[in-house]
Amino acid sequence: MSDTYLVAVDGSEGSLRAVEFATERALASKAKLLLAYVIEWSPYSFHTPDELAERHKRREEEISRAQSKVLDPLVAAARDKGCDVEVFVRHGHPSQTLVELADANKATQMFIGRKGDSRIATLLFGSVAGALVQTSPVPVTVVP
Amino acid sequence: MIRFFATALAFLLVSATAQAAGIDETINTATAPIAELVGKIVFFKIPLFGAQLPLVVLWLVVGAVFFTFYMRFINIRGFRHAIHLVRGDYANPNDAGEVSHFQALATAVSGTVGIGNIGGVAVAVTVGGPGATFWLIVAGFLGMSTKFVECTLGVKYRNENPDGSVSGGPMYYMRKGFADRGMEGFGKFVGTFYAIGIFLGALGIGNMFQSNQAYVQLNHVAGGGLDGLGWLVGLIMAAVVFSVIIGGIKSIARVTEKIVPFMAVFYCVFALIVIFMNGSAIPQAVANIFSGALTGEGVAGGALGALIIGFQRAVFSNEAGIGSASIAHSAVRTNEPVTEGLVSLLEPFIDTIVICTITALVIGTAAVADPNFAGDARGIAMTSAAFEKEISWFPIPLAIAGVLFAFSTMISWSYYGLKGWTYMFGESNGGQTLYKLIFCAFVALGCVVQLGPILDISDAFVFLICVPNILGLYFLAPVVKAELESYLARIESGEIKKYKQA
Repeated sequence: MSDTYLVAVDGSEGSLRAVEFATERALASKAKLLLAYVIEWSPYSFHTPDELAERHKRREEEISRAQSKVLDPLVAAARDKGCDVEVFVRHGHPSQTLVELADANKATQMFIGRKGDSRIATLLFGSVAGALVQTSPVPVTVVP
Repeated sequence: MIRFFATALAFLLVSATAQAAGIDETINTATAPIAELVGKIVFFKIPLFGAQLPLVVLWLVVGAVFFTFYMRFINIRGFRHAIHLVRGDYANPNDAGEVSHFQALATAVSGTVGIGNIGGVAVAVTVGGPGATFWLIVAGFLGMSTKFVECTLGVKYRNENPDGSVSGGPMYYMRKGFADRGMEGFGKFVGTFYAIGIFLGALGIGNMFQSNQAYVQLNHVAGGGLDGLGWLVGLIMAAVVFSVIIGGIKSIARVTEKIVPFMAVFYCVFALIVIFMNGSAIPQAVANIFSGALTGEGVAGGALGALIIGFQRAVFSNEAGIGSASIAHSAVRTNEPVTEGLVSLLEPFIDTIVICTITALVIGTAAVADPNFAGDARGIAMTSAAFEKEISWFPIPLAIAGVLFAFSTMISWSYYGLKGWTYMFGESNGGQTLYKLIFCAFVALGCVVQLGPILDISDAFVFLICVPNILGLYFLAPVVKAELESYLARIESGEIKKYKQA
């Protein structure tokens, strides 16, 4: 059985490096590459009725933006190199959703870029990479 | 931006002149006879064993009782499942990012939890005695079934606009539902009638009443320091509402929507503290509620009088039968309309059975009931006094809570009214902006004018739309029942599974 690598993508510099790094590994070990874009979203947030009515429209927009702006170029680049790529765009809690995707798709490794936030920033806003390292069922490579 | 200031300025001028010209009295004298007439028709009372029973209240109660039996006590048997739905146990992860059941419920609850929960209950207890509380709870319990039916239908018959947004609510289910039964003309008529009613209601109890009560409470805390400054308070509130619904400054709304649930919890916690501080009075207060419910001692019309007042206040507070919540709930994208109905039945529970009962107990244990507080406008002052007896600084956070409750209710109702408006005039942007401007103007007016007759008209219309709404619910109840049975059967057979393992 061949390996499956899941890469967390958010369009940031770090995530681009992670994709690049994972692509090389995937090519070397003939692994399948999964690119996952998680849009942060909580089902327990509060909204006005107006926002509720427009939610579906917004969701579609968010997904298509992630797809066209971030994922499409990455996929094209990886495919050019001869990689087998699949993409996912999901709403949810970032690290939790990544773990769920890894489980559901039987990923054998995960790759994530880091932002290199200061300690204060991490303390305030948390770090997806940090949370992923703590909760992932498979080995995680954090790409600097 | 220029347009923003121009409109705001125009607004300022209009309100200021209105103030100067004593528009207050002009409006009152002009509308009083109309209000009286409409009120007489809508709240037509039949004398019954010495009590006065408004027909429309009877209509609502009979409906609620019917739906409770017809759906075989869905308010009890659906309760646990409703909580599972809100927790997200049945949410498909692939649908993440759509409106969740929790969000729809939270939004609808912030629309209904309002001044009525604080002030309205005080009025009920003053006029109907402690026994009114008992009937308030019973009405809340029965109202859960009505809410279930109307919210299920709201989702089932909503309109999906070409741009992907949704419009739903009683006007849509009445039009489509009646058309399905070959009564297209009638459906169109009641749909439009409902749209007009919800529009007028949105300007009255969903708007002027709220801003007025917020002003009264602020003035109460300021010790009368805001006397005659109603126009200023009104303008400030109108400006904030303006920035949210027209300016698109969603963050303000989002902040309120976030604060309101905490406020509700905060209110309940402090209410419980006050109740326990008055601990020795609890048994007596509870006993009064039960004995009052059955004997109606000291209440005009006895036990029946207490019942009528309790029911009337419950409807006011949880809006079951009015159909407004159905508009908010119809935004949820689900393959199973029944799930939305089940979630919505928690609303009367939270709003009436929990929050209103707590308020009633605060008033009951503090023993501040005083006929001088009669009248809606004084209701909130009475609740405030009950708190003040134990916690002297409490009127201040209560005033803040009152203003926030009023604000979130206004935002919710601005949307309900808008849906009535777009149902009548189409979804064009210009028309929507015009509606929103009218809405803001009424926020300011609410603090300036004496509410009496205008409120009566709005009140009457909100109750008037219950008539076609419940009629529609009777006609469409078999549809809901079939959906419910099929849904429950699929839960039973395991076809619909939990995604999350609890």
